[in-house]
Amino acid sequence: MKRARILSGEDLKRTYLRLAHQFLEPFDDPQSLALIGMQTRGVYIGQRISSIIEDQFGWKPDFGMLDVTFYRDDFRTKGSMPEVKASEIPFDIEERDIILIDDVFYTGRTVRSAMDALMGYGRPRSIRFCCVVDRGHRELPVMADYVGKMIPTHEREEVRVLVEELDGEDAVYVVSEPLNPSHPLNPSLQSNPNPRPSP
Amino acid sequence: MGGQAKGSTPFAQKHLLGLADYSAADILYVLDQAKMFREVLDRPVPKIPTLRDKTIVNLFYENSTRTRLSFELAQKRMGADVVNFSAGTSSTKKGESLKDTIRNISSMKIDMVVSRHESPGVPHFLTRCVDATIINAGDGAHEHPTQALLDMFTMRQLAPDLRGKRVVMIGDIAHSRVVRSNIIGLRKVGAEVMVCGPKSLMPLDVRSLGVEVSFDLEEALGWCDFAMALRIQMERMNGGTDLFPSLREYHELFGIKMAHLERYPDFTVMHPGPVNRGVELESDVADSDRAVILNQVTNGVAVRMAVMYLLSGGLRTG
Repeated sequence: MKRARILSGEDLKRTYLRLAHQFLEPFDDPQSLALIGMQTRGVYIGQRISSIIEDQFGWKPDFGMLDVTFYRDDFRTKGSMPEVKASEIPFDIEERDIILIDDVFYTGRTVRSAMDALMGYGRPRSIRFCCVVDRGHRELPVMADYVGKMIPTHEREEVRVLVEELDGEDAVYVVSEPLNPSHPLNPSLQSNPNPRPSP
Repeated sequence: MGGQAKGSTPFAQKHLLGLADYSAADILYVLDQAKMFREVLDRPVPKIPTLRDKTIVNLFYENSTRTRLSFELAQKRMGADVVNFSAGTSSTKKGESLKDTIRNISSMKIDMVVSRHESPGVPHFLTRCVDATIINAGDGAHEHPTQALLDMFTMRQLAPDLRGKRVVMIGDIAHSRVVRSNIIGLRKVGAEVMVCGPKSLMPLDVRSLGVEVSFDLEEALGWCDFAMALRIQMERMNGGTDLFPSLREYHELFGIKMAHLERYPDFTVMHPGPVNRGVELESDVADSDRAVILNQVTNGVAVRMAVMYLLSGGLRTG
């Protein structure tokens, strides 16, 4: 397995800073804006961007987390059911401008599920989508509104956006010939919290 | 949020016949996952499409209102197709055997059977007749696992770690499958269990289940964190009076009253329903803020959703 680091923690800081500014750009008054991080890593990334907004603008947007397992269309081919993680949206999404945040944008099936899931909570004024990495290979007619980095990939490669809390560092890696196709949790990454890119 | 089950082997059960077959890790995993389904019930649109490709038969040979409603609601909340079979209105009256009935239903391509029957072991028998996943919704006086799971879920809302917590079940211990499943489940997750009731409603071998036994309500209520009053099942007792002199006397000796809530300020009142007001509980006790009876009902839907979700993974794989 080959692993190449595409973005470092420092790179990601700048990316999150830019995304924070982009989020606020269209608003005179951003009160209607709310961020929703998608389980699992989208939650941590969303919290990063949220605290940058607070630092820079002295105001913290409403923040929620969403798990889309209930709405997925692809788990029926696997043996056992995936663990459901918490969904927690502690504000009313009616007439809000929601930005969904995920780590990797790939087939588009997750964000489709997320839009369905969100509709169960009410009718937002708008939903936008932000991903840290857009790796291409869409299978559905959806696109991202905010992109951290566009990384053209081969389908056999995997993109992993790591977060300090779970993985020991903030970084983006491209992994070829994955051992474990269940993106993005790879046991080898978890047992080694500070992986180095292969030479 | 993953809770205590994290890091253990993944949930690999195909059926839910009784908590006797489930490990502590299995039970805690179901209870942890049920939290996620409980949250769904609070959404403005409390409906998810997770089981929309599944067909489930509710096979109820014995009368039940709330368990059947709870299962059916859980199934509909997850988008499953549901067929209800109740013995009263079915071909059982025409003399069809259980095995023939289930095999007929099964040839209609069903994925899951929820079974309630007056004979213990029926769900186990069903697993040998068909490929579908079987969920026991009560088999005689044997087990009623989803009731015990929802009781434990409700307790965990107040006491997230049940280890060392004290639970007393009061009343008709001998006829109750709810008691049996609760004893098995609670003991597996490390709680202490006591049963309390008149001697005539206490099974002879009760101590073999690893529980404390008391015939004194005051002692039980002073001891426990949770007091679960059980319904006196008149329909199983020839008019309800051959095992104790009168309902009034039962209430006098084993009914939880407002005076108990004042005397013992720490325990929570539970009841699997339906409540016979003025028998197991004084009416005001059932309505007091110490009682979580209606939470149990809501939680029942969430727990059953979690059970059906987790068991729908290995369908049709044997």
